[in-house]
Amino acid sequence: MIAKADEANGGCGAGCSCATRASDAGEATATTRTVEGADPVDVGRRWFMKAATAFSTTVIAPGVTLMAFAESDPAIARPADQPVSSKHRFGLLIDLAKCPSGCSDCVTACSTENGWKLNGRPETDAQWIRKLTVTNRKDGSSFSLPMMCQHCADPPCVDVCPTGASFKRADGIVLVDKHICIGCRYCMMACPYKARSFIHEPLEDQKPHAPRGKGCVESCTMCVHRVDAGGTPACVEACAKAGHSAMIFGDLNDPASEIAKRVATYRTTRIRDDLGTDPGVYYQNL
Amino acid sequence: MARITFQRLEDHSTLFWGLLGLHALIVALGLGAAYYMEHHGHVVTGMNNAVVWGMPHVFAVFLIVSASGALNVASISSVFNKLAYKPFARLSGILAIALLVGGLIVLVLDLGRPDRLTVAMTTYNFKSIFAWNIYLYIGFIAIVGVYLFTMMDRGVSQTPTATRTVGWLAFGWRLALTTGTGSIFGFLVAREAFDSAIMAPLFIAASFLYGLAFTVLVLFTMCRETRQMLMGEEMIQSFRGLMIVFSFALLYFTAVKHLTSLYASEHHGVEAFILRDGGIYTALFWIGHVLVGNILPIAILAFGSGEARPFSERQAMTIASVLALMGGLAFMYVTIIGGQAYPLNLFPGMETSSSFLDGEVARYAPSLPEVMLGVAGISIAMLVVGIAIKVLPFLPRGESVTA
Repeated sequence: MIAKADEANGGCGAGCSCATRASDAGEATATTRTVEGADPVDVGRRWFMKAATAFSTTVIAPGVTLMAFAESDPAIARPADQPVSSKHRFGLLIDLAKCPSGCSDCVTACSTENGWKLNGRPETDAQWIRKLTVTNRKDGSSFSLPMMCQHCADPPCVDVCPTGASFKRADGIVLVDKHICIGCRYCMMACPYKARSFIHEPLEDQKPHAPRGKGCVESCTMCVHRVDAGGTPACVEACAKAGHSAMIFGDLNDPASEIAKRVATYRTTRIRDDLGTDPGVYYQNL
Repeated sequence: MARITFQRLEDHSTLFWGLLGLHALIVALGLGAAYYMEHHGHVVTGMNNAVVWGMPHVFAVFLIVSASGALNVASISSVFNKLAYKPFARLSGILAIALLVGGLIVLVLDLGRPDRLTVAMTTYNFKSIFAWNIYLYIGFIAIVGVYLFTMMDRGVSQTPTATRTVGWLAFGWRLALTTGTGSIFGFLVAREAFDSAIMAPLFIAASFLYGLAFTVLVLFTMCRETRQMLMGEEMIQSFRGLMIVFSFALLYFTAVKHLTSLYASEHHGVEAFILRDGGIYTALFWIGHVLVGNILPIAILAFGSGEARPFSERQAMTIASVLALMGGLAFMYVTIIGGQAYPLNLFPGMETSSSFLDGEVARYAPSLPEVMLGVAGISIAMLVVGIAIKVLPFLPRGESVTA
């Protein structure tokens, strides 16, 4: 029951502070000038006009601005009391031709955003996203790519989870409900992508929007707190900021979205597509 | 055969109290180890993000598999109507419950959040084979409990149909349980070492052997304790024959699993790892599982006992049982940990590397707390049996068996 409620809320778990909030769209201000020697009636009317202008600017403008942002963003801000809709299927497209092998800005951004960090113990440290180097055994050629939870439509981790803590939202984002994860690690056994990490030791300084806990399993959330607020995942933002723009986030179900257009136009690849998990992460120029 | 009578264990030797004390000590150490692991997190174990199931799972799965096999003797007496096995049916039932309880406690204490046991018991995802297994385990304990009641209650035991009906149910349930346990691995599509339907029958064959080995060892210990011949020579011969057959069955399914895998080019890598290049895993497979766990027991049982042979029948059975159980632990280690150590194949035909150790054979060194917790599972089972046979008449009287 808890899992279902969480799914509807779109959060990582009941009562979690990861429920998303729409960011303030900015603060509008109104300026006034006093006109000396004016008719008393005119003063009243001017006062009314000024007050009405100030009111409308303060109250309406943020909403208009927010709507304008929402139209320009790939994700649409979802009110916290509305359930996630299966009309959307959020996904990522990563163009490897634009992804330099030496760059790991997406990894750093994810770490900063979600509060996980490497402690020099690669075997037990959590990694939500990593740069993977792939080398052809025959000719030695290699390339690198960011690897994270592939947000499968038929996720093996969700199938095997005994309590339903691993769940897929209606919009395709695969999450772990930290409140009912018992730490059995069966999802880690089932994941074909080694995308999940188990928290092996006590944690400190967690981010309020990305609660984590010793003894639970975790993975990339596609920055669900940002997505629900109409934003994009931190990795995508960092990639664009670094000038690569190799990562695109968007709604695969929306034919007008850039990601859907790119997937429809160019040859893309999904990792271990042969397993039939229908991943939500596409790679271009792989 | 004379009427079978049963007894409680009343006179206790120093050995009995010594064994009970030793098991209690091991259980205490195991619980301490579990607390230590939960307090500090799994970072103090050898487990990591690649080998997520370690020694506790090796012991837990070994015990759970053995539990269903321990019911063999009861099933043979009720389901297949072999009266010679009937004196041992009660012990077989309580041993099955005890081994399962021992395995489950280890499994629960190795969870990342064992405090959420109530969540595991109340919140289910019915597509998960793990969730099915929770029902299979609880159902097994309940059904075998009723089975024991039908065998031991003065009134109900007079109605053979009741025992037989519940016996059939228990037999079917134990097959389902081991199928479920094997399928925990068999359903893992992305793990090359596991992804196979044969994991279920392989585990069933293993359960027959390990369950019988546990039964034989407990019976021999009780013979010593009661100073009675609880098993006649004929019975020992039957157990001997069964153990040889079960061991061959396990070898057969092992061979089919690996031969099938070897036939497919895509699995050559994982097979080479387990059978040839895997270091400790290869050694445990050939020396532990195949040689110590099966070939040697078969050889000792077939050729090692009798006149002008090195061992008596009882000695041969004891040694073969101990070897089979040691081989069983090796089999579980290779299957569970070896299967995880082999890297996931994200890009077939390519090599991968990363800071997350992709493409590398995972390192795993069991830590002392893990081993302590695992061994405690066996001790919990033995404590349950030890207390049960003292409280209720699970053991046959020697004279009624051999008369």
